[in-house]
Amino acid sequence: MTAYSSPARIVETAAGPLPAAVAAISSAAVHSASPAKAAAPATASSSSMRGESAFVRSLKHWASVAVPPFLVLLAALVVWELASSGPKASLPSPSRIWADAKDLIVDPFFVNGPQDIGLGLRVLTSLQRVAIGFGLSAVAGILLGALIGQSVWAMRGLDPIFQVLRTVPPLAWLPISLAAFRDANPSAIFVIFITAIWPIIINTATGIRNIPQDYRNVAAVLRLNQVEFFWRVMIPSAAPYIFTGLRIGIGLSWLAIVAAEMLTGGVGIGFFIWDAWNSSRLSDIIVALAYIGVVGFLLDRLVAAVGHFVTRGTQAS
Amino acid sequence: MSLSKTSSSAAFLKIDHVGKTFTRGAATTEVLRDINLVIAKGEYISIIGHSGCGKSTLLNLIAGLTQVTGGAILLENREVSEPGPDRAVVFQNHSLLPWLTVYDNVRLAVDKVFGGAKTRAERNEWTLHNLDLVQMVHAKDKRPAEISGGMKQRVGIARALAMEPKVLLLDEPFGALDALTRAHLQDSAMQIHARLGNTVIMITHDVDEAVLLSDKIVMMTNGPSATIGEVLDVELPRPRRRLELVNDPTYLHCREAVLKFLYERHRAPALQAAE
Repeated sequence: MTAYSSPARIVETAAGPLPAAVAAISSAAVHSASPAKAAAPATASSSSMRGESAFVRSLKHWASVAVPPFLVLLAALVVWELASSGPKASLPSPSRIWADAKDLIVDPFFVNGPQDIGLGLRVLTSLQRVAIGFGLSAVAGILLGALIGQSVWAMRGLDPIFQVLRTVPPLAWLPISLAAFRDANPSAIFVIFITAIWPIIINTATGIRNIPQDYRNVAAVLRLNQVEFFWRVMIPSAAPYIFTGLRIGIGLSWLAIVAAEMLTGGVGIGFFIWDAWNSSRLSDIIVALAYIGVVGFLLDRLVAAVGHFVTRGTQAS
Repeated sequence: MSLSKTSSSAAFLKIDHVGKTFTRGAATTEVLRDINLVIAKGEYISIIGHSGCGKSTLLNLIAGLTQVTGGAILLENREVSEPGPDRAVVFQNHSLLPWLTVYDNVRLAVDKVFGGAKTRAERNEWTLHNLDLVQMVHAKDKRPAEISGGMKQRVGIARALAMEPKVLLLDEPFGALDALTRAHLQDSAMQIHARLGNTVIMITHDVDEAVLLSDKIVMMTNGPSATIGEVLDVELPRPRRRLELVNDPTYLHCREAVLKFLYERHRAPALQAAE
């Protein structure tokens, strides 16, 4: 019963201060915005009105993008701080985390020994595995997707098998890959590969099945051979679909690497969490979670940006 | 005049008892039956008929994009069995590759057809020459999405011309354009035909367009099992100017003949049902 009553108490206490906190933050935001406005007329004498208004506009744009999540984050930290400040709290509060794991937060790239290294370096190790596994699955996935998108018989033969295999959870592959490779690192890479490949195959195949008949006719009249057709028509035409697959794939890779590394060990970010759990360093785990989230977000944006750049010509007709 | 031309180089392209039946599962549909047509080198042929009469199917057969199920198509006495650059197609919806620039769309065709025969500089020059024919050099670095529908169709024509085809196949090339742009492109097509003297087969359902551009108008009966109902020789001297033809008796006669065929003897099934 006490377990139930304590969250209720937290909400009660949090409900009061919260609006006050938000009010304080928003008034701070207003104050911080006003110097920018004040600064604008100051520069008016040197720069043209047009350039200046563009500057103010871009400033407003960035403020509108950055301020709301910042406020929410701040509010969440305040709630969290209050919620876990009690003596019986099971999770560390933000201030505790700062005190415990300041070195991890401040310097991502320190090296104090073989197992005592910054989280940035650990993330890079994990990213290296993801890069290899995801790179392989991108190549293999696009080729297999092209095959089943292009050939009816390949689709009939392979698609049902792929549909079954893609539902297997990433970690279920780990024992088999450990048995096959007899080493942790290639096993982790294989898990990444097998996790990321299915959305890439399926999206590529869909993209290739949707190549307009007109483009195929053009290729036929020009007598493009298979290789030319692949590079000049198939890939550019299916690129938006392929990049959707790659984007889903990189997200799944990043999900799988943490779980795989927990089991395989080494210096990756996943093993760090497991190790921290075993030595009850909860603050370190929370810092690591923040790292994982930010890196996953950046990976997603990176693939999306590459896709946007590569497919800039293909949507319009 | 047109008779002598036909006899001197007869059977440049011969469509000999061609039939086409589509089979889907147990159902078979005969689209074309017993099509016979002899086209001389340099002739401009229009194929006209109501929607669904198999005009596009006939064009695809000549292009080699689909296979005949009866008879044969002979180009310079060699049977047509697959697509190739000797029968370049201008598609109704231009079919430019949107990820390539105007120049690269034409250059792709030039590289493919003349990759072994011309040097890099010659291919560049030939690409620009063909864009110049359709007055599109100014937009050579634009992508298809950035130019108008009429411009896209011009580039499609340039791409087809750049292959130096024996036969140029136009599938309702001006159908999707507004009337003014269409007239402009028709004039361009006449100029290019006068200059290069290529053999052209054009599908249309615009009677004026057919009479203005063609040496012969092939009129198709309604499907299924469509065939050639009548072939009309358009004995108008070239160059033709649309304004001078407005009251020309030969022009009016040809126009009337096509209209009578289409709306008196072979009305569209939908029109018949309406009465």
